[in-house]
Amino acid sequence: MHLAYFPGCSAKGSSLDYELSTQAVLNALGITVWEIDDWNCCGSTPAHAVSTELSSALCARNLDLAAKAGADQLLTPCPSCLSNFRATAKRLEDPDFREKVNALLDTPCAETLPPTSSVLQAIGELVDCETLAKKATISLKGLKLVAYYGCLMSRPPELMHFEDPENPMLIERMLEALGAEMLDFPLKTACCGAAFGIPKRPLTAQNSGRILELAANLGADAIVTCCPLCQMNLDLRQAQAEKAMGRHFGLPVPYFTQILGLALGIAPQDLGLAKLVVPMDALLPKLAPKTSAPNA
Amino acid sequence: MPCRQLIHHMEAAFPPRPSQRAIHAEYSMNETIRLSKSSSPGVAASPSFSQEVASTSKQPIHTCYQCGNCSAGCPAAFAYDLQVNQIMRAVQLNQKDLVYRAKSLWLCLGCATCSLRCPNNIDVACVMETLRHMARAEKKATVPVVEKFWLSFLNMIRTFGRSYEIGTMVLFMLRSLRLTTDVDLAPQALVKRKLGLLPHTHQGREAVGRIFTRFHELQCKAREGR
Repeated sequence: MHLAYFPGCSAKGSSLDYELSTQAVLNALGITVWEIDDWNCCGSTPAHAVSTELSSALCARNLDLAAKAGADQLLTPCPSCLSNFRATAKRLEDPDFREKVNALLDTPCAETLPPTSSVLQAIGELVDCETLAKKATISLKGLKLVAYYGCLMSRPPELMHFEDPENPMLIERMLEALGAEMLDFPLKTACCGAAFGIPKRPLTAQNSGRILELAANLGADAIVTCCPLCQMNLDLRQAQAEKAMGRHFGLPVPYFTQILGLALGIAPQDLGLAKLVVPMDALLPKLAPKTSAPNA
Repeated sequence: MPCRQLIHHMEAAFPPRPSQRAIHAEYSMNETIRLSKSSSPGVAASPSFSQEVASTSKQPIHTCYQCGNCSAGCPAAFAYDLQVNQIMRAVQLNQKDLVYRAKSLWLCLGCATCSLRCPNNIDVACVMETLRHMARAEKKATVPVVEKFWLSFLNMIRTFGRSYEIGTMVLFMLRSLRLTTDVDLAPQALVKRKLGLLPHTHQGREAVGRIFTRFHELQCKAREGR
């Protein structure tokens, strides 16, 4: 299967650690992906806030590149890019809309586009938890974690097709199979405040603060994420959230790929762990090589 | 689903603190919108507004029966001047001015919790986005700082084809005259090299620039035709 890969802009900047750990984990799991040449920004929220046609034209160019390269599927680590791609593919089914988008493009978009998926969903589909556990060399036993999915991984459900839209469990199943204790986290699909940290900080500080506060109250060692923007709001902006909530959290916010990578025996530097603003160094001594036989 | 119940318990356990409540609430959450209050004196409702929103968003606006689920789950509700269920009601009542005046339109986080929990399957987030498009077309963005951020971001995409965070920030600070935006984050962001100092270069940037050029040309034509 020819899997095309769309890293998204944050992978080359603010979430370089997500990109590093994604590549390392895909490699360790034997999943080969190929980055599409010359991809462009999906337009993120600003493009669809300004115009549906503009947003879809930016996405259609990428989908078209993947289609013309013969991709069977297009994977992206970023839920926001995925959401924009899926919304675009759906809208392009309407011939009138397609015509408007084609009018913005150099060449008309390919008629048949490859399906799109998140790296998280693809790993879940290609590697079952039992295989994952067999491949792991390090046990996550002793780690108490919460999984935080954010808004776009599961919403809107008719586009995202990702488990129960208010209670996805994929990260929990994966990390539990690797030994971690996964706590029930009621705010797992709540909004972190998105990109409003820049124009309207209280929206982000308050919403991220609530998520951090609940995770801290539950006694979690870390919040495991799958979205670059959520991760930035909870990690880089954690001090702003602490100010809004009037308390200190000091909670590490790694990507699920970083935790998977640790379990698969990948070195911390190859997972970009040093890039976490709230370090998770204190948790690493808890990790030990698996001693017991599989299934024990 | 136990998790869903838990969410409601948690939301009840963490109410917004007084300082974070809406600064200026013209309507309380449960107040029905009265026609006499919602329009400025002498300004009639815009008769086709509801229809226009329904046809542009392709959403069955008329089926909203004010259950309030959208507002109950809205993570930005604490900052809204008009709650999202009130916006839906105002749209049904053709209260265009009231809707366009609402700061809430521009504070919507786009998380789509409202859409997920609507018992009538109205994609409320899509209605909010449609209203933003319509308000922008009439140059009525009531929270300009949000619009300035979007446009700064899009300027970078137009120029470089991909997002360029530092460029977006600089442009936004200049446009909004908020020169200290996020300076508290700069030390960590730079030490951890969270920001690329230079934009990524790739060949597709020119093709992306042409998408924007065509988009602006079509927008200008549409404006002339109106």
